[in-house]
Amino acid sequence: MAEIKYDILVCGGTGCRASESHRLVENLRKELILHNLDNEVKVVATGCFGFCEKGPIVKIIPDNTFYTQVSPWDANEIVEEHIIKGRKVERLLYVDPKSQLGIDDSKQMDFYKKQLRIALRNCGFINPENIEEAIARDAYAALSKVLEYMTPEEVIDEIKRSGLRGRGGGGFPTGLKWEIARKNESNTKFVVCNADEGDPGAFMDRSILEGDPHAVLEAMAICGYCIGASKGLVYIRAEYPLAIQRLKVAIAQAREYGLIGENIMESGFSFDVELRYGAGAFVCGEETALIHSMEGLRGEPSVKPPFPAESGYKGFPTNVNNVETFANIPPVLMNGAEWFSAIGTEKSKGTKVFALAGKINNVGLIEVPMGTTLREVIFEIGGGIKGGKKFKAVQTGGPSGGCLTEKHLDIPIDFDNLLAAGSMMGSGGMIVMDENDCMVSMAKFFLDFTVEESCGKCAPCRIGNKRLYEILNRITAGKSSLAELDALTNLCLVIKDTSLCGLGQTSPNPILSTMKNFAEEYYEHVEEHKCRAGSCKSLLRYQIIADECVGCTACSRACPVNAIVGERKQLHAINQTICIKCGACMEKCKFNAIVLN
Amino acid sequence: MTKIKTLDDLRKLRDQLKTDITIRESAEHPDSVVQVRVAMSTCGISAGAKTVMDFFIAELKKRQVKSVVAQTGCMGYCYAEPTVEVRLPGQEPIVFGHVDTRKADEIIESYILNHRLVDGIIPVNYKLVENDNRRI
Repeated sequence: MAEIKYDILVCGGTGCRASESHRLVENLRKELILHNLDNEVKVVATGCFGFCEKGPIVKIIPDNTFYTQVSPWDANEIVEEHIIKGRKVERLLYVDPKSQLGIDDSKQMDFYKKQLRIALRNCGFINPENIEEAIARDAYAALSKVLEYMTPEEVIDEIKRSGLRGRGGGGFPTGLKWEIARKNESNTKFVVCNADEGDPGAFMDRSILEGDPHAVLEAMAICGYCIGASKGLVYIRAEYPLAIQRLKVAIAQAREYGLIGENIMESGFSFDVELRYGAGAFVCGEETALIHSMEGLRGEPSVKPPFPAESGYKGFPTNVNNVETFANIPPVLMNGAEWFSAIGTEKSKGTKVFALAGKINNVGLIEVPMGTTLREVIFEIGGGIKGGKKFKAVQTGGPSGGCLTEKHLDIPIDFDNLLAAGSMMGSGGMIVMDENDCMVSMAKFFLDFTVEESCGKCAPCRIGNKRLYEILNRITAGKSSLAELDALTNLCLVIKDTSLCGLGQTSPNPILSTMKNFAEEYYEHVEEHKCRAGSCKSLLRYQIIADECVGCTACSRACPVNAIVGERKQLHAINQTICIKCGACMEKCKFNAIVLN
Repeated sequence: MTKIKTLDDLRKLRDQLKTDITIRESAEHPDSVVQVRVAMSTCGISAGAKTVMDFFIAELKKRQVKSVVAQTGCMGYCYAEPTVEVRLPGQEPIVFGHVDTRKADEIIESYILNHRLVDGIIPVNYKLVENDNRRI
């Protein structure tokens, strides 16, 4: 058999599959067979490369050529030009947004230069449905090391010394969590992986499960060994069909190879993993609600204590960790606590995966060392703001977090700095906003989300958030008052103080942080009925300039609600009470006689 | 597939599987491995560059040299095809001309493994553009 000369890696993540990357894989394979190259070139469907903005992504190894937005019909050109003739397909190369130059080596892309991929180490590198590729990349090596050489106490100590903190949002020290679960004595214990990723715009957990499911299974087994559990449960939302499928394949393969199951590698330790599906409720990311949902009860949180480490799933001690946290465990144990704790800031060690979304050039998934600044993330890795517009704010921590502005751009990102700046790490969603985004509307968007997602168990969250949303609605409609702004702040504080779980305790954060950083926008909406970003429709007024209007009637014919009156060849006028601000008239007017105020 | 019964089994399997993804591992850190680029333009191919490339890939793998063998376009030395550029970690690239499989063997044995230069070096009269960028 001829030696493999090329690996063609094609992203098989949810984003790229939606753009038919699986058909591209088929076509590439067909083309290779057609040209008798199928034994020299291997096509590999991998997990997410992170560069979702320009999917589907194709990377050619060994020259690291990075093709973007590749359609299934480009297969022929890639094979004939790149593989056979050695010429890069220039039109598919990534174009740097700053220099407008095509870059033909992914190592030269700003997007990847500053990244350090630990949790995402295998995403976009291996075929997640082939355990052998994972094993070649040291999957289950940490588990074997632990089972052979280390006691549970030593493992826990190693993780404590590494300084790894929970990546799901709270940032609780992982080693300590395991220690508490270990100390609670019981014959039955459970390891739970929280894959209920509910934060709008965040998709790192999904990508890890889709790109490197064995990392999570291995870490769960290690956790089981440490706390004395023989059963692992992955709580995953049914909205992630591809991640579920890859997990099922991974579990089946790991069982077949004897890497999970009875008496793993003849160590005497047994551990098996099962899946539990969630219906996709935000509150089920909270660990007590998650456990209730797994038990078949309503997904409602309960009062802590008792903590899950004492009484969790079916009343047994349970350790719940997030997907990204688990993905960090094997590298920590392979490379040692010192290696891990050398990365990051004083109190936040290691790296963090962020999902970049919103008005940013390179929408996607990135992993950077803790302590990287927002400026580096947004303007270097993220490639800056779309359309050359001005940066306004970035929302971190999703609906529980807050917004950070221009003045926060140079703070090193870590758990504590973000809290001090009035936001939070959360699961790592970053929604970037430009000058055309209204901060009041942004807060309203998140409140709309929390109102929908509140489980309704406690009154402050169930009723209070609804009232907050109504006040924001009045502000954006220009029907509020200054007194109501005070009431808004008050209500926010009451909800924060009195809600039962994290959802209610953090839901007013988007309002509080926008009121702090963009107070003037709130006042403008209330006092001047003005939205400077021009996004609050009710505050917009389309007007006809008398000197420019020739009375052509084009606008009145375009108006869907007949809000424009006027005779032929005479000045027209817009009836503001009927106008729905659709902008159709402005589009139709050939004389630029209609303006927006 | 039989079950992995012992920790040793896992290690053996891992070492055996590693070769399947070596090409990807090496491409991750191209500067730390031997980089061989074979000019595969029309004139290079007609002069036998494909055989030479196959030889490099097979031979370097056999001798377990961590390396990346890639093809590149015309280097401009059409009189000396097939041409091969070899870059050892941390060193300037060197271009060899008139490379057939015998010459390739010599390059691997003398230059790549023992860092001894061999005949047939084309004097470098160009500089690599650091970021191989092109305007589209």
